[in-house]
Amino acid sequence: MRKYIARFRYHIAVFLAVAGPGIITANVDNDAGGILTYSQAGAQFGYLPLWTLLPITLLLIVTQEMCSRMGAVTGKGLSDLIREEFGLRITFLMMAALVLVNLTNVMAEFAGIATSLELFHISRFISVPLAALAVWVLVVKGNYQSVEKIFLVACVLYVTYIISGILVKPDWKEAALYSVRPVLLLNTDYIYMLIGMVGTTIAPWMQFYLQSAVVEKGVTPKDYAKSRIEVIVGCIMTDVVAFFIVVACAGAIYSVQPREIKTAAEAAVGLKPFGQYAFLLFSAGLFNASLFAASILPLSTAYTVCEGMGFESGVNRPLKEAPIFYLLYTLLIVVGAGAVLLIHEDALVRTILMSQVLNGMLLPLVLIFMILLINKTELMGEWSNPKWFNFVSWVSVVLIIGLTLAYVAMTVKGMQ
Amino acid sequence: MADTSLLYFTELVSMPVYDVTGHRIGRIKDAAMVPLVHPSRIDRFLMGGTDAWLTIRYDQVASINLNRGITLSDEQLVPYHDDEYMLRIARDLFDQQIIDVNGRKVVRVNDITMEVHHEHGRDTLSVLEVDIGVRSIFRRLLQGVAPPRLIRRLQHRIPPNSIRWDLANVLEPDPLRRLRLNISYSKLEEMHPADLADIVEELSPAEREAIFETIDSEVAADALTEVDPKMQASILEALEPEKAADIVEEMAPDEAADLLNELEDQTYEEILDEMDSAPKTEVRELLEFEEDTAGGLMNTEYVALHENASVMDALAALRGNEDLLESLNTLFLVDAEERLCGTIPLARLFVASGGAKLKDLTAETMIQVTVDERQDRVTELFDKYNLMTMPVVDEEGKLAGVITADDIISVLRAK
Repeated sequence: MRKYIARFRYHIAVFLAVAGPGIITANVDNDAGGILTYSQAGAQFGYLPLWTLLPITLLLIVTQEMCSRMGAVTGKGLSDLIREEFGLRITFLMMAALVLVNLTNVMAEFAGIATSLELFHISRFISVPLAALAVWVLVVKGNYQSVEKIFLVACVLYVTYIISGILVKPDWKEAALYSVRPVLLLNTDYIYMLIGMVGTTIAPWMQFYLQSAVVEKGVTPKDYAKSRIEVIVGCIMTDVVAFFIVVACAGAIYSVQPREIKTAAEAAVGLKPFGQYAFLLFSAGLFNASLFAASILPLSTAYTVCEGMGFESGVNRPLKEAPIFYLLYTLLIVVGAGAVLLIHEDALVRTILMSQVLNGMLLPLVLIFMILLINKTELMGEWSNPKWFNFVSWVSVVLIIGLTLAYVAMTVKGMQ
Repeated sequence: MADTSLLYFTELVSMPVYDVTGHRIGRIKDAAMVPLVHPSRIDRFLMGGTDAWLTIRYDQVASINLNRGITLSDEQLVPYHDDEYMLRIARDLFDQQIIDVNGRKVVRVNDITMEVHHEHGRDTLSVLEVDIGVRSIFRRLLQGVAPPRLIRRLQHRIPPNSIRWDLANVLEPDPLRRLRLNISYSKLEEMHPADLADIVEELSPAEREAIFETIDSEVAADALTEVDPKMQASILEALEPEKAADIVEEMAPDEAADLLNELEDQTYEEILDEMDSAPKTEVRELLEFEEDTAGGLMNTEYVALHENASVMDALAALRGNEDLLESLNTLFLVDAEERLCGTIPLARLFVASGGAKLKDLTAETMIQVTVDERQDRVTELFDKYNLMTMPVVDEEGKLAGVITADDIISVLRAK
């Protein structure tokens, strides 16, 4: 018996040792853009879109699992592998696109910080510069271990959405029912909404971040079984949070008066009649999510680019040794935060929409490179995709690409 | 003028090849060195243009010129077949990571700078530098898009960043291929262990193992001590038990014990089995202690003398323990039952006469702890009495080991 307890404790210890990358990556996925999409889904269509969360979770798991497996087996980041296998020119173009895409994403996150704190009557001219400074200092003065701990705390804070979802007292029976019953309305708005939910869920930068984080964590093929569980747990956590966001908005807005909302802050205000706490928690959740994503995105981008292009990188190095890394990191934050303060509101909303379009255009390339890489036996050895999983991956990737491109098309159409 | 005798690999690729009569017969696709034959000469050129690639030996080339391309002196070309002794530049070096031995870091290859030599009436190329900075990225991006002359003119604004070929260490995890390509990691043995550890941490697990597998065990032990503790265990577990045992034997016993504690039971036993008996006994004894006690912190590398010994005896003992000298700063005195009875700061030996009794040189106060003393208490004592070294005794007062300030620094850093 004692032996079993000892073994159980060993497994828990190993799990905790590899935990972090998967949970963090999946949770950052519920950033300002994601929260808006889920709120819109709930506000406009109530509980009907809930069934999509299950397939979305599966797609998320399939892609995330590939990245963390590649990281554990090769010990190299995704941009490293792309560089080594596909050469400098492709890597350069991809990195240039990634910087552009992520810059618009960073703007979206800082806009999320601004609007969420404006709900608490804090001017964006105070909140955004302070947040930018905090993000910059956190990473430059911290190290990987301490930063990861802070990120894990941020993951836990998503619980605010679960509580605010419960406070709204939604119709649980209906929520449960529609979670497993697919409803397909032949209504263009509804279809747009479903595509949007998939489109915001899987972003290019996540794949790069996850794989590098797994490598940084020192996960080896031997511990990989635990790492895989961690990835799955993370994906499920993310979609549980998404579920509660949809449910909160369904209970608070849709059941009163179905309507379209424009910002996540508007959703928070919609929760007000259901108690001050529901509103506070929802807004605080938005702030947490935006700040969280704003801390990870610039860092992840700078890492990825420097890795791929062969520049010195890493927060553990002094400025003098890794100038391009720090320059890129600082620029992303300064430009991202600055845009929120200086650009006109309408232009900003368009930029944020644009970020989704660019995400969608880059994602197919990243996913295809991933599948090509993971099928290289000289890289992956016995860990390359088995045939059946390859089938699953290709189907998922084609599905994601199809839905994402559809999402891009309709966003572009909506922008005109 | 010096610049004209240089040729970048990006310029060599797709250079036209002319036969003796001046007809163009193809373009260069890649080039290869055969390191077992010559460490830096481009030995073969691979030419495309016909159905299959052809191999041009270096002695079949008459001239190489940036404007006029390559002219052959002998057109008896053989079809290309992959030969394991070839290090192909575009395939095996471009975009891969190598170690910059001088700059002590891992870098990625963007381009190669070669030198054109004119000798025995023909031109040969030899690899001069590995290019890593922004300038070489610029060349790669414009390669084939802009004419080489223009690229050369434009790149002058960008500062160059290159490392000498003989200071670049190619990484190859496969041992057989390493042998065929004459790759060794012996250059790394000259580095400071802490620098080597930093480099190793940046590599992939397979490359890491390759390095520890081949370098000298003593260097490997020093470097392994400096590697991130989480990574240490996975490196040792990946090595053959004999090699792992050789490395562990070279480590300080306390560090070896800490490291072995991190391993899975099976690997741990395998490595201990392979170790020589003397270091094995020491490590086994240390493994008995709890990790966060004085016994777990201490190591058993110290110099102890009998209480009646003289300065002359002490010097003789030091001569017999030369491998300890680098970090030794205290001697210990023990009685006939090996019980600790005094400590002597090493520097006092220099000012004492040769015949002086060590007993008269001991420090006024002797701070010591027992093996089961808690780690927190130990660090407290180090701080309070400004110690460099502290003896550890067992229940009977016998000297069991010694804790040094670097052990304490590691403990505090880990908090």
